[in-house]
Amino acid sequence: MKTYWFTEDCYPHLPDESSYRSIRVDLPSRLCDPDVAHDLYNRYLDLWCACDDIGLDIMLNEHHQTATCMVPAAPIMLGILARQTKKARLLILGNPLPNRNQPVRVAEEMAMVDVISKGRVDCGFVRSVPYEAAAANVLPWQGTKRLWEAHDLIVKAWTTHDGPFNFEGKWYHHRQVNVWPRPYQQPHPPIWVTMGSASTAVPVAQHGHVGAVFLAGYPNIRTIFGGYREAYLKAHGRVPALDRLAYLGLCYVGENEREAEAGARKLMWYMDANKVPVEWSNPPGYHPPAVSAQVMKGRSGAGVPTKPKLEEQMQRGNVFVGTPDQVFNQIKAFWEYSGGFGNMLIMGQAGFLSDADALKSMNLYSKEVYPRLRDLAAKADPAELYERSKAMPAKQAVDLGTFGVDFVR
Amino acid sequence: MKLQGIDVGIVRKGKGRPLLMLHGGGGPVAGMPFADRLAERFEIIAPTHPGFAGTRIPEHFNRVDDLVFLYLDLLDELDLKDVVLMGFSMGGWVAAELATMTTERLSKLILVDAVGVKVGGREDRDIADVFGLPPEQLANKMFHDPSRAPDINALTPEQLEIVAGNRMALGVYTWDPFMHNPKLPRRLHRIDVPTHFIWGASDGVVTVDYGRAFCKMISGATMTVIEKAGHSPQSEQPGAFVDAVFSFAGR
Repeated sequence: MKTYWFTEDCYPHLPDESSYRSIRVDLPSRLCDPDVAHDLYNRYLDLWCACDDIGLDIMLNEHHQTATCMVPAAPIMLGILARQTKKARLLILGNPLPNRNQPVRVAEEMAMVDVISKGRVDCGFVRSVPYEAAAANVLPWQGTKRLWEAHDLIVKAWTTHDGPFNFEGKWYHHRQVNVWPRPYQQPHPPIWVTMGSASTAVPVAQHGHVGAVFLAGYPNIRTIFGGYREAYLKAHGRVPALDRLAYLGLCYVGENEREAEAGARKLMWYMDANKVPVEWSNPPGYHPPAVSAQVMKGRSGAGVPTKPKLEEQMQRGNVFVGTPDQVFNQIKAFWEYSGGFGNMLIMGQAGFLSDADALKSMNLYSKEVYPRLRDLAAKADPAELYERSKAMPAKQAVDLGTFGVDFVR
Repeated sequence: MKLQGIDVGIVRKGKGRPLLMLHGGGGPVAGMPFADRLAERFEIIAPTHPGFAGTRIPEHFNRVDDLVFLYLDLLDELDLKDVVLMGFSMGGWVAAELATMTTERLSKLILVDAVGVKVGGREDRDIADVFGLPPEQLANKMFHDPSRAPDINALTPEQLEIVAGNRMALGVYTWDPFMHNPKLPRRLHRIDVPTHFIWGASDGVVTVDYGRAFCKMISGATMTVIEKAGHSPQSEQPGAFVDAVFSFAGR
């Protein structure tokens, strides 16, 4: 079991949310004080660098035109961390391929950072969330198909070492592809792809890439992981190793329950603050019409954010909170129910959670939870674990509402 | 009917000179009262653009000219002559593009609150970003009387799914460059049939000023502005709309 520690690098110092319609896309940048942003960037970088000493790997991502995430160019953050850390794996999850018009440029950036870091890059590809359509000015229609065409071009760019090749696909055209440097890891850095449904899991499994699921919780995790496992079995003739799957949840570990709950409530800023009206959460072609219709109805003109509750999100398997024993047991229960996974992705800082509090949780996790999870995963037989998971009765959990539509389809 | 291997739904009704009617982003309009009036003097031929009204978008379709070539084939297939070509909004863009390619089978062109060209500078929002507007603001731009905007909470799930599908199809055809073809103004000189613009005075998606600028790009084109109507004068003021069509194209 590996654990990647993640923060979205938010800018939480905003006026009351009744004063703006959306935290994404059209939030005026006059609300951003560059001095405050400078301090925040450096704090977040310090936390990531601390992972190196604490024994955690690093995950980062990107979003655009939003105070929820001040990283519109994740490869730049990745480049800084490549130089400033020495041991941690560097997971970028990920490059929003359908929104990047030049996949070859992505191949170049990732190869460059892989070489600088001496082969520590885990390269994620994502379709991206609906709010990114307006920011990228890219129609999200057929985004998954564009992702895979860009993926094919990037993999070929990484693995071709005898001069230029030609690529003229449906979306991407490049006549002289010849990436310098080539990646440090051969044949190329591990590839991760996010999955939001059983069907989106299929190509990830067929390629044997790592499939990552965000906040799907008990209601959806078996469907998505099951979709991956069945497709992997069909394509490769065996149940996938646990390291092929990853799950992201929020996590706060405290010395005692009171401390843990206080930390977790601060982490919940990530969900609470996501005020996004329908015009940005439902761009044409992102969702199939039936889902788009639900989003239209669910949020018609209201601009009201969903306000998930901590207790519900814990029950759902999206947030793991408590003492080391409690967090271990919560993750273990979810892990067993899901059929197991080899990569735990932890959102461990958000909102106004202080560095000291974030570090405290990171250290407690690393010292008291992580070794037990590693031990658990090391002893597990993936095939037996999968069979056991399928036999478990479905666990009831509260509906996440429209919040989850961005990650789970 | 089958065109280019695609099943294209076509409504035909009425008797008279053929009127090829191309709908806008809201979907087919041939069932509306104004169309019944037009059918008294025209034979209406109203295809559904692939992707609208619950139909599938062909895998290779993603631009307005895919529709233009589809309807060029339709004109040939039905061997239509002396056709009045009328397009609403995005359908007006399709009609204008088609007419720049050939007017051989056309007699007249009518553009209703049409998009398709850029008339202002690079930082002018000539055409409202219909995908980036809060629903209530969009209704204000679409309608003279916003209370006429459909209440999505009153729609059945099936109806709402069609609305969502129409919106997706509109996005596929018009996303970038948004709702226009930068090359179209330099091709409009090829239109050599009488052309008439009909515009809702209260249209906030493409304003009357936009319509006038578009009208000036086509030699000899004329314009009727309909009061108390927004982006769809045919639905808000059907009487005045039909009168405008009859006086321009009705024999």
